[in-house]
Amino acid sequence: MKLDSLLSEKKFSILERWFNLILESYSADTQSFLKREKDRFDNPVAYEFGQGIEGIYEALLHGMDRDRVSSFLDRIISIRAIQDFSPSGAIAFIFLLKKVIREELEREARENGISEELIELESRIDGLALLSFDIYMKRREKLYEIRVNEVKNRVSGLLRRAGLISELEEKPDPKKRKH
Amino acid sequence: MPEVPKPEELMKIDYRPPERPWMETKPEFRGGRFCNAASPKWLEALDYPYARTWSVTDEDWNLPENWKDIVLESMHDRLNRFRSLRLFFDICVRCGACADKCHYFIGSGDPKNMPVLRAELLRSVYRRYYTVAGKLLGKLAGARELTEDVLKEWFYYLYQCTECRRCSVFCPYGIDMAELTILGRELLSSVGINTEWVMASVGSCYRTGNHIGAPPHAYKDMIDFFCDECEEVTGIRPRPSFNRKGAEILFVAPSGDYFADPGTYTFMGYLLLFEYLDLDYTISGYASEGGNFGYFISHEMGKRLNYKIYSEAKRLGVKWILGGECGHMWRVLNQYMDTWNGPADFLEEPVSPITDTRFENAKSTKMVHVTEFTADLIKHGKLKLDKSRNDHIVLTYHDSCNPARAMGLFEEPRYIMRNVCNNFYEMPQNTIRESTFCCGSGSGLNADELLEVRMRGGLPRANAVRYVHEKHGVNHLGCICAIDRAVLPPLLEYWGLDVEITGIHEMVANALVFPGEKKKTVDLRDRTLKGVEPEEIEEEE
Repeated sequence: MKLDSLLSEKKFSILERWFNLILESYSADTQSFLKREKDRFDNPVAYEFGQGIEGIYEALLHGMDRDRVSSFLDRIISIRAIQDFSPSGAIAFIFLLKKVIREELEREARENGISEELIELESRIDGLALLSFDIYMKRREKLYEIRVNEVKNRVSGLLRRAGLISELEEKPDPKKRKH
Repeated sequence: MPEVPKPEELMKIDYRPPERPWMETKPEFRGGRFCNAASPKWLEALDYPYARTWSVTDEDWNLPENWKDIVLESMHDRLNRFRSLRLFFDICVRCGACADKCHYFIGSGDPKNMPVLRAELLRSVYRRYYTVAGKLLGKLAGARELTEDVLKEWFYYLYQCTECRRCSVFCPYGIDMAELTILGRELLSSVGINTEWVMASVGSCYRTGNHIGAPPHAYKDMIDFFCDECEEVTGIRPRPSFNRKGAEILFVAPSGDYFADPGTYTFMGYLLLFEYLDLDYTISGYASEGGNFGYFISHEMGKRLNYKIYSEAKRLGVKWILGGECGHMWRVLNQYMDTWNGPADFLEEPVSPITDTRFENAKSTKMVHVTEFTADLIKHGKLKLDKSRNDHIVLTYHDSCNPARAMGLFEEPRYIMRNVCNNFYEMPQNTIRESTFCCGSGSGLNADELLEVRMRGGLPRANAVRYVHEKHGVNHLGCICAIDRAVLPPLLEYWGLDVEITGIHEMVANALVFPGEKKKTVDLRDRTLKGVEPEEIEEEE
């Protein structure tokens, strides 16, 4: 319980350090933009990261169902999955939270005997890492699925329009007719 | 026990990028991030030089032996021919106003996607060979040698620019990055570096008339098919004419509108509107492509393809030309056509046969945008419209880059949408009108192999769509560009948004009330209209 209250108390500084550490995976010029621009539409990446890490942190503190915490992880992973990162680089941000918490709570961990609670928290972060792996794969699979569909539609659309294929007609559905 | 890294050791991997100066950072050609090299057959068909088989991932791009001389000569030639090029090279003070305005930079975080730095890739070579400071001081003056790596870097980043010109809006000097990209791509073409997607489209447009290579009879078949569809849904069969001499108007649409959904519904929309008006128009199998794919890669190729439209207008003896909902087609028509292939003194100043409105803005080009034409019809009360037929649509509007920034076409599409749809919500101001965010796949970048880059580039647009989707329940994104209609569906799918893409004239046709028409129960996509009971559809069948 001690740890929970410490984490709540230090939420702002932990999130800020975590956010800045994540941004360090970008070049210096990019980092300064991501930190400077506060408009969520001019700077969607930083906005999504900010929302994502806050949601993940809340999940760690108060517990959250899998779908909801996945949606927060996805706000970050969906972006990093298409940027210039290796798979490990794309989801490494989740481990950075361990580093931040260790550093932020270093003194408290020594003085207040929260080491065990910290180990438990780190296990939960490991769980999030596994979830992140699933989300990353889902994103990459989506990308390939879109690509395959693009190619398929291009070919089949042309053939159909040129009258080169004969398809079985579907039975008409009275609620929704489709051709 | 074999040596395996412990988790703590793995944790020590430093994910921070190395702090190297940009000149020393080379691009990495990984799948999803570059366009494939063009096959020699297209280059040969178009008289493009150095047709050969090569691959982007090969170390050796099989360049001609004297490639460096050729590129520098090409640059020299363009510096003399395009005053703008020299001006854009010299005038930039690297203030950085453009830096964070590019959708590719915002989405990728790659600093070389900052327009200022993307231009610098070319400018550094210009400095080295054409300025005294660059010749004497080299790197100190921001100059560098032209090497094969530099050429590869140009290829990588010039094909990560959609020529959307959002950066130009924010540049205090108005430097036109699209023009720099096109000229840069011309330099690459001079040594046979081209992309398959662009050259296949250009080659097909040049030989057959449209980017998909549909011959005239197939084109006619497709339009006949749309007429069948229109008849089935509305009971009205449009009667377009083809290559008809003496028609008043030549109608030219982008091929995307007769190639793939949802663009096809836009084409059905044009057909129904023209039928409603009993318009004296014709469609040409020769000028069957509004989109100008040549303009993506060179001014000359743009001119060669654009020529078909005036040439066909002249042959058919029409009075003026009406153009469909297309993006870059309109930058070409509005800003280049008149000087490339004009003056079109064999045509008349366009006058709407329905309202007698004189389109003075098209006095010189003689070509009117279909949203200008339709907005005028609505303004004069010439269309009977039932907005409620689009009540299943909650709409927002994506200002397609070229009609927005190259034409200032902001109000006409909005005026139409407000008159045909009850539910319209704007995206945030900094993402629309002249500040509109690109779809991320324009200017020849909608190749499937470039999907990752496209998803990055489309992030800011998708992000703004998500906002109105969540806030207002927006379920349709309107646009007036065929490329948008092709690439926004996969973009929104990746970003997890259940939002359909629609052309404006699809919604016009949905709302149009024909005299004596049968009861409408479905829209052009065969979706049941709001308020229609299933029994009503059964009865109809």
